[in-house]
Amino acid sequence: MNHVLSIKNLHVEVEGKPVLKGVELTITPGETHAIMGPNGSGKSTLANAIMGHPKYTITKGDIRYNGKSILNLTPDKRALLGFFLSFQYPQSIQGVSVEEFLLAAYRNQQKYLHPDKPPVLVFRFKRMLKELMEMLQIDEKMAERDLNYRFSGGEKKKTEILQMAVLKPTMAILDETDSGLDVDALKTVCKGVALIKKQLDGKMGILLITHYQHILKYIKPDHVHVLKEGRIAKSGGASLAHQLEKKGYEWIR
Amino acid sequence: MNNKVSKRKGAIFSDLDRLAFDHQDPSDYMKKFSKGVNRELIEMISSDKNEPIWMQGLRLKAFEYFKKIPLPTWGPDLSDLDFDEICFFAKAADQKGGFANWKVVPDYIKKTFERLGIPEAERRILAGVGVQYESESIYHSLEQEWKDLGVIFADFDVAVQEHPDLVRRYFMKCVPANDHKFAALHGAVWSGGTFLYIPKGVKLKKPLQAYFRMNAQNMGQFEHTLIVVEEGAEGHYIEGCSAPKYGSNALHAGCVEIFVKKGAKFRYSSVENWSKDTYNLNTKRAIVDEDAIMEWVGGNMGSGVTMLYPCSILKGDRSCADHLGIAFANEGQIQDTGAKIFHLGQNTSSKVTMKSISKGGGKSIYRGRIHIAKTAKKAMSQVECDALILDENSISETLPSIDIQCDDSTTNHEARVGRLNEEDIFYLTTRGIPQEQAEAMIVNGFINPIVRELPLEYAIEMNRLIEMEMEDAIG
Repeated sequence: MNHVLSIKNLHVEVEGKPVLKGVELTITPGETHAIMGPNGSGKSTLANAIMGHPKYTITKGDIRYNGKSILNLTPDKRALLGFFLSFQYPQSIQGVSVEEFLLAAYRNQQKYLHPDKPPVLVFRFKRMLKELMEMLQIDEKMAERDLNYRFSGGEKKKTEILQMAVLKPTMAILDETDSGLDVDALKTVCKGVALIKKQLDGKMGILLITHYQHILKYIKPDHVHVLKEGRIAKSGGASLAHQLEKKGYEWIR
Repeated sequence: MNNKVSKRKGAIFSDLDRLAFDHQDPSDYMKKFSKGVNRELIEMISSDKNEPIWMQGLRLKAFEYFKKIPLPTWGPDLSDLDFDEICFFAKAADQKGGFANWKVVPDYIKKTFERLGIPEAERRILAGVGVQYESESIYHSLEQEWKDLGVIFADFDVAVQEHPDLVRRYFMKCVPANDHKFAALHGAVWSGGTFLYIPKGVKLKKPLQAYFRMNAQNMGQFEHTLIVVEEGAEGHYIEGCSAPKYGSNALHAGCVEIFVKKGAKFRYSSVENWSKDTYNLNTKRAIVDEDAIMEWVGGNMGSGVTMLYPCSILKGDRSCADHLGIAFANEGQIQDTGAKIFHLGQNTSSKVTMKSISKGGGKSIYRGRIHIAKTAKKAMSQVECDALILDENSISETLPSIDIQCDDSTTNHEARVGRLNEEDIFYLTTRGIPQEQAEAMIVNGFINPIVRELPLEYAIEMNRLIEMEMEDAIG
């Protein structure tokens, strides 16, 4: 079967300390999975390990995209395959504009997907970016600002979603996208995710990492998993999130 | 040495490889000129240029200083510099002075500039173009409307012939020949360069440009730039330098003198990318009068050893200097650069912003001097140095010297040293950008606040050069 993500018995160490201890997870195209869990359960470690952060060492198990292991691919190669991580705390890069950065990213991706085509012309790219910014209700001026530099929390998260809209991933990981957002900003961001998902017409899998179930009102998960002490301790449907809200994480063993 | 044809990976700007910069044209015409410097050579240069006797006198006097003054006892080691192995004078063009227009410039010279990617369009954008190929200017033009206003923009040799009084009044009055060994050498063997005169109240809206290039082995380059900006006038002049690479030491000892008169404003920008076996020992200095503003913008990419400290002498009350600089030291390179400011007048102010990058064992040094004289009441000086070190073998040093003789002044010096942040790189690579390109983007971002002060064409060239330098993986 066709899985945009399959994680098998994944063990991950950070600076010599085991954090993930046998995670199992499978996502098919079009599905949205939520990973919930208390602080320190390894949620962000999972996101970073999937993207190939050099500090996260995989000691056992496998991560696969369409059945093929991606463990020996560098982060940029994983991105070209279709992986995307919306960061909980995106880095700010001074002197590099949002537009210039996204043009470079988009050109790399297009070169990978269509090696024979010439690179996209700057004015065409700018037009596309402008349309996407309108769709996501992002101020046009943001394109010229330095990437995440002196951005508010909301602006950073919106910029992450803008990047996702440009790159149209087939496997999107949203790490604590709700953190630091007020209700309005959260609604805008989630609406953006829904629009991108719709544009991709069932091709995109989403892994939504969150501490609170609030965001799940706006992005409806097909499956909810509870990560606890480095393992998926419980899986269920959307209703599991409601139970978690009422009872907390303690009841899960 | 980095001499590979490198494939660029989907970067923003179109392809350009290092070879374009290190390409060497056949230089048969070099054979007739001997190496080393002596009295006969200086007299030969002078008579070849048909110079007035006073200029020859200045040359010979400078040569006497050169013989007496020792090499600097501070800074990078210059002991490998062999003056007897350097050719101090060559002519590429047969015509005296310069060519009337681009059409008559010889094809082989045009070809070199084509490889350097100086496009026709750029010449249109930059209204006046003065290009120096080895020691003689080959192209000069200036918009008629500026000529009508009395602006002079000429090859320096031509200026000596056509505007002797002006030249004589200012030549080496800002940088005297006995200033240091290389100023003396320059005074003795200078050849070519630019003379720019902006009359009182004339404000040039577009930058004027010249391009210098060394193209023959062991070729020295000693171009002289003399700029006089009269009262209330404004202008911007930009020089670009690129040289092909050789197997032995070439020397560049140019000299830039700028006189910014009362209430005038001038910006001098330069991008220097001499080949990596070049000693770039350049002297740049401005004398700034009352209420005048001097701005320096400089990028240093090439050379084996660079020693360059643009200097502003804030002579007039309320005069002001702004120094912006970038230096990139890669394998085998020493970029010893900085700024010198002399506050003499009251309420004078200066700001220095320097950014340096060290990679592959390269060494970047900020060497600065702030002097606040007794007379400089309420002077203000601010220095900011940012260094980026890309690997364990590379070095960055900050050597500021602050000499305050007036209590009623404010000085501030900040220095920061950083490395590439792993999280920044990871962030960019998760968007499909390969690590090398991500690093180049971050480095370009680091220097961008200064690069964006350059005219667009130069900013693009700087970015390309940085990307080329970054292509050898950092590891």
